[in-house]
Amino acid sequence: MAYKGDDLLEEVTNKDYEYGFVTDIESDLAPVGLNASIIRLISQKKNEPEWLLEWRLKSFELWQKMTEPEWAHIQYPRPDFQSFHYYAAPKQKKNPKSLDEVDPELLKTFDKLGISLDEQKKLTGVAVDIVVDSVSVATTFKAKLAELGIIFCSFSEAVQEHPQLVQKYLGTVVPRSDNFYAALNSAVFTDGSFCYIPKGVRCPMELSTYFRINEAKTGQFERTLVIADEDSYVSYLEGCTAPMRDENQLHAAVVELIALDGAEIKYSTVQNWYPGDDEGKGGVYNFVTKRGICHNRSTISWTQVETGSAITWKYPSCILKGDHAVGEFFSVALTNKLQQADTGTKMIHIGKNTKSTIISKGISAGKSQNSYRGLVKIGKNAENARNFSQCDSLLMGDRCGAHTFPYIEVENPSAQVEHEATTSKIGEDQIFYCNQRGIDTEKAISLIVNGYAKEVLNKLPMEFAVEAQKLLAISLEGSVG
Amino acid sequence: MLSIKGLKAEIEGKEILSGIDLEVKAGEIHAIMGPNGSGKSTLASVLAGREEYEVTGGSVTYKGKDLLEMAAEDRAREGVFLAFQYPVEIPGVSNINFLKTALNEIRTSKGLEPITAKDFLARVRERSALVELDTKLKNRSVNEGFSGGEKKRNEIFQMAMLEPSLSVLDETDSGLDIDALRIVANGVNQLKNETNATIVVTHYQRLLDYIIPDFVHVLYQGRIVRSGPKELAMELEEKGYDWIKEENGETVDV
Repeated sequence: MAYKGDDLLEEVTNKDYEYGFVTDIESDLAPVGLNASIIRLISQKKNEPEWLLEWRLKSFELWQKMTEPEWAHIQYPRPDFQSFHYYAAPKQKKNPKSLDEVDPELLKTFDKLGISLDEQKKLTGVAVDIVVDSVSVATTFKAKLAELGIIFCSFSEAVQEHPQLVQKYLGTVVPRSDNFYAALNSAVFTDGSFCYIPKGVRCPMELSTYFRINEAKTGQFERTLVIADEDSYVSYLEGCTAPMRDENQLHAAVVELIALDGAEIKYSTVQNWYPGDDEGKGGVYNFVTKRGICHNRSTISWTQVETGSAITWKYPSCILKGDHAVGEFFSVALTNKLQQADTGTKMIHIGKNTKSTIISKGISAGKSQNSYRGLVKIGKNAENARNFSQCDSLLMGDRCGAHTFPYIEVENPSAQVEHEATTSKIGEDQIFYCNQRGIDTEKAISLIVNGYAKEVLNKLPMEFAVEAQKLLAISLEGSVG
Repeated sequence: MLSIKGLKAEIEGKEILSGIDLEVKAGEIHAIMGPNGSGKSTLASVLAGREEYEVTGGSVTYKGKDLLEMAAEDRAREGVFLAFQYPVEIPGVSNINFLKTALNEIRTSKGLEPITAKDFLARVRERSALVELDTKLKNRSVNEGFSGGEKKRNEIFQMAMLEPSLSVLDETDSGLDIDALRIVANGVNQLKNETNATIVVTHYQRLLDYIIPDFVHVLYQGRIVRSGPKELAMELEEKGYDWIKEENGETVDV
């Protein structure tokens, strides 16, 4: 596709975080703090079966024994986990049957986000599920998907309607005890998206979820579960925004992908949580666990464009369990101002002839710190496993940092592992060259950065690639000079 | 079109241009010659608006406007084009996308609509033929992996695409073999018309066999020490720059 830097300019005039509005809707809030009775309350509010409550309580028990991970290259005051609301739901009539029943204020929010549900429905053919604070509020296109046997709904609904699928797969890729944030999420998650693609079905449209934190002092803990049955295909996209707040908001999601034999899952993320102000006040703490398991001949492809959050701690990973499984990770992580990102992937090769590709493009500006952290592990039985990793860093100015932490563990001598890394700076020469051709500095930077990130942006579905380009340009506003 | 009066410029406190006077009218080609370090490239850079150089005196009027007050991109939009001595590589940005962005920025500044894809491609085809630019290079990243000659041809191709009023060619002949030199010169000659002007900065007379200047100026120690018709270039070729140096009071080791 063509990358038109010129389409960006109109969007670029808006210097500040443009999604920083608060929607004035009544919320149903749980009291501040976390204990077993809050978890019971959440479970009860959601009318959950007994096994799920037990699962949550067990997770809570595990979490209490765990400590926050310290190894990431990030610095921040530890959140006080007793100071959050663990449940916040926009108050509205139960289970809206159509858009008419959804709170009009909420619909306005979607408009501001640029996702008019109606328009989305008609024009783009993208099915959208929207999660505000903790609750999924609208899922479009459900009926059309149902004809193909595709289930795309909120997680809560899946618990009610398809409990056997949820119970079979929940926690199988990211166990409750996996890490501190995954355990916390398992105890208190409130909603998220659920998707099941039946055998041999190619999902005809992009499935998309928008996450938004609205209520102050809430933590958002979504749980996403995507199951692609044998020989099926799905492309899934999530977008994220949050209002500007002085306090830090906590976001700790868990995403589990299951690609059964011959299936393919493309999972794309455009993350634009509020990054905090120039002094680093506010912003979202984003501690996310994303992992997929690939059975025989299946493919999982993660594409992420990360421009937001004060702190990003995120490693979308693939467990290549089956033979001939393929794992891919394409990432652009941009940090500006005082943002910190520690992000990368894990490719765990277990099956024979498994293949993985990692393309990571870090962009650091302002006083930010940007780290790539990736593990490539080739197990004993992974005959002829192959990995290719490329980690590039682009620096702007002289007060930011770029760091690369690659870990390679090989237990099978037939493995081929390649790692390439480069670090470059946007040169004044390049900018002047653009200026001399009539292109101003802001646009020159967006042209250069988009050129640098093109390999990854190309992996996004068309309309989101355009959105991602704009985001990169906006996020770099005023970073040079 | 261009009127330079008493222009002085320095870099890091060191004076490079010590009072340049130059008048360029539409339809003219001026050659600026001079030994290494005489300030030729500095003059080109100052005209283009490079910020490392500090203008400490004098004035530059371009189409009736104070050129020195304008940002580099505004000069470009007003029709000032610099063919770089060392064209810069921009990885990941295709030559074609770069040019289209540039062209549309210039058009937008003049209140014109962006060029249609069809017209743009037609122009690309026509103008790339002018400098015999390999079609493959158009889709490659700007100057990345181009040979020295390809980079210089690409500069002239860009010039042909952007149709500037005033082109400054900074040592465009350096590093070119004779065939490439002929192609580049041919491109420049074909772009010449009654409404535009060209300043050719060069160390050697060689390029001027192909691009015939109306005026030749010799730059030495930051000043134009001699101006004349094209024959001056021949004289320089014959006698070398020592003659100029001696005339200006420098002892030359023989």
